[in-house]
Amino acid sequence: MNDFFTVTGLTRTFGGVVAIDALDFAQKKGSIFSIIGPNGAGKTTLFNCISGIYRPDSGEICFQGRRIDGLKPDAIARHGIARTFQNLELFFRMTTMENLMLGRHIHMRTNIWHGLTMFHKNSTAAREEAEHREKVEHIIDLLDLQSARDVPVGALPYGRQKLVELGRALALEPSLLLLDEPSAGMTSDERQDLFFWIKDIQQELGVSILMIEHNMQMVMDISDRVLAIDFGKKLVEGTPEEVAAHPEVIKAYLGED
Amino acid sequence: MFSQLIINGISSGSLYALVALAMVIIYKASEVPNFAQGEMATLSVFVAWHFVNAQFLPFYQAVAAALLFAFAVGVLFEFTVLRRAEKPSILELIVMTLGLQMFIYGIIGWKWGAEQKTFSLPIAEDSVVQLGPVVIGWLNIITIATSLLCVLVLYLFFTRTKLGTAMRAVQMNSTAARINGIRVHRIMSLTWGLSAVIGTIAGILFAPVSPLDPQLMWDPLLKGFAAGVLGGMTSPFGAVLGGYILGIIENLFGAYISLEFKSVVAFALIVLVLWFKPSGLFSRHYERKV
Repeated sequence: MNDFFTVTGLTRTFGGVVAIDALDFAQKKGSIFSIIGPNGAGKTTLFNCISGIYRPDSGEICFQGRRIDGLKPDAIARHGIARTFQNLELFFRMTTMENLMLGRHIHMRTNIWHGLTMFHKNSTAAREEAEHREKVEHIIDLLDLQSARDVPVGALPYGRQKLVELGRALALEPSLLLLDEPSAGMTSDERQDLFFWIKDIQQELGVSILMIEHNMQMVMDISDRVLAIDFGKKLVEGTPEEVAAHPEVIKAYLGED
Repeated sequence: MFSQLIINGISSGSLYALVALAMVIIYKASEVPNFAQGEMATLSVFVAWHFVNAQFLPFYQAVAAALLFAFAVGVLFEFTVLRRAEKPSILELIVMTLGLQMFIYGIIGWKWGAEQKTFSLPIAEDSVVQLGPVVIGWLNIITIATSLLCVLVLYLFFTRTKLGTAMRAVQMNSTAARINGIRVHRIMSLTWGLSAVIGTIAGILFAPVSPLDPQLMWDPLLKGFAAGVLGGMTSPFGAVLGGYILGIIENLFGAYISLEFKSVVAFALIVLVLWFKPSGLFSRHYERKV
């Protein structure tokens, strides 16, 4: 039906505990696909399997027609999948600019010699550097990070650090972007901005987004499809309305009456 | 007299700076002090000596070959030993470097024997330059200049090249590096290779003032380690500065206080630093990687 991104029969256990249990789903190109579920449902484990940090025990992950399960994280990045983390993974001593430039790593080509001898503006390395900088400046403008550009990321407030991580993921120019609780820890203003930016990223940059999110309002407003999981198994998958109407989801999120 | 002592101090400090730098680069990436670094350098100096004496290669070609050899040893150790260990603890890593140290020490003794050899630079050893009241030996000038050049090239490498930036990224947060497409294992290997090359440069500069035997690098390694601790083990800049400071203090101490206890100064300094500023003089606070 669709060969953009599919997960089939994915299983991952830790010792005797089954974190993900024969999970299936498929995402359409260009869509926003949200995953919800209580803490410990296996959402982050799923992300770690997709981005190569964990090896799945069994099952398949296919991206643009290629199997990517079992590949190393750096290989998966080169396939065009970027991600953010629930607990930020940033280069805290580097500036926002440097963090974003590192996001462009897979697109850089200059060799050591050109880098070492970059003494004037027209050298190969300087020209390539300028190219990457332009792309990064574009992202900085998009996410309104100008004032943070030359500040070490460790010195920024939490909400902005989350944006830097989002920006770094965008700098990789991914086809698929995995966001692990992007709005967690943000103020309601920041959350509002984030909501629009995620929309922009989908619509203007054409990036498909796979997102774990606890804020139900945001999930319902922004998603094309929603998958609810619990104990590593699919509870229900469908449009936001379908999922919100499902008795198990109502039970999990609104409590039993 | 005083400025003479300073110059001599900077000269021996240059060696400590290089050794400390080699150590810090590894420590930041793998979180392990590489105790085999001295033997790795000694082995490479022996290789250079072998090329000059047995193969009759010109000096510079022999040195270039030894540096390549050092690089290969560093890469090979990371690739064949460290990478095979599954989630090693710090203690296990340290034991691995100690194992390598003894292994290489044995190889040197077996191949070249314990008798002392000489390996000197192709310059007249007693040639000097007179600068006002200060007399500087050519050997000292070459040592200082080489170490400054190394520091400069490394600075450009780490700040300007894709590979150097990737190395810094891996040192800072390997998970983040990985998911940005950086091949962390490859970077680790290259880091070990680079460190071995820097250590070997120090060894080649040290060999002319010391007999070439399997213990060649014992003293400079311990001093370099002290310099690294002084500068805070996590800061390359601190390591270099720590090296120069240690060299100068050691020389002044030897001249004005006690020549006998000159080489103990380094260790007294380690104790003092660990007492009063355990994170080192130039390091920002040590962050634990998770």
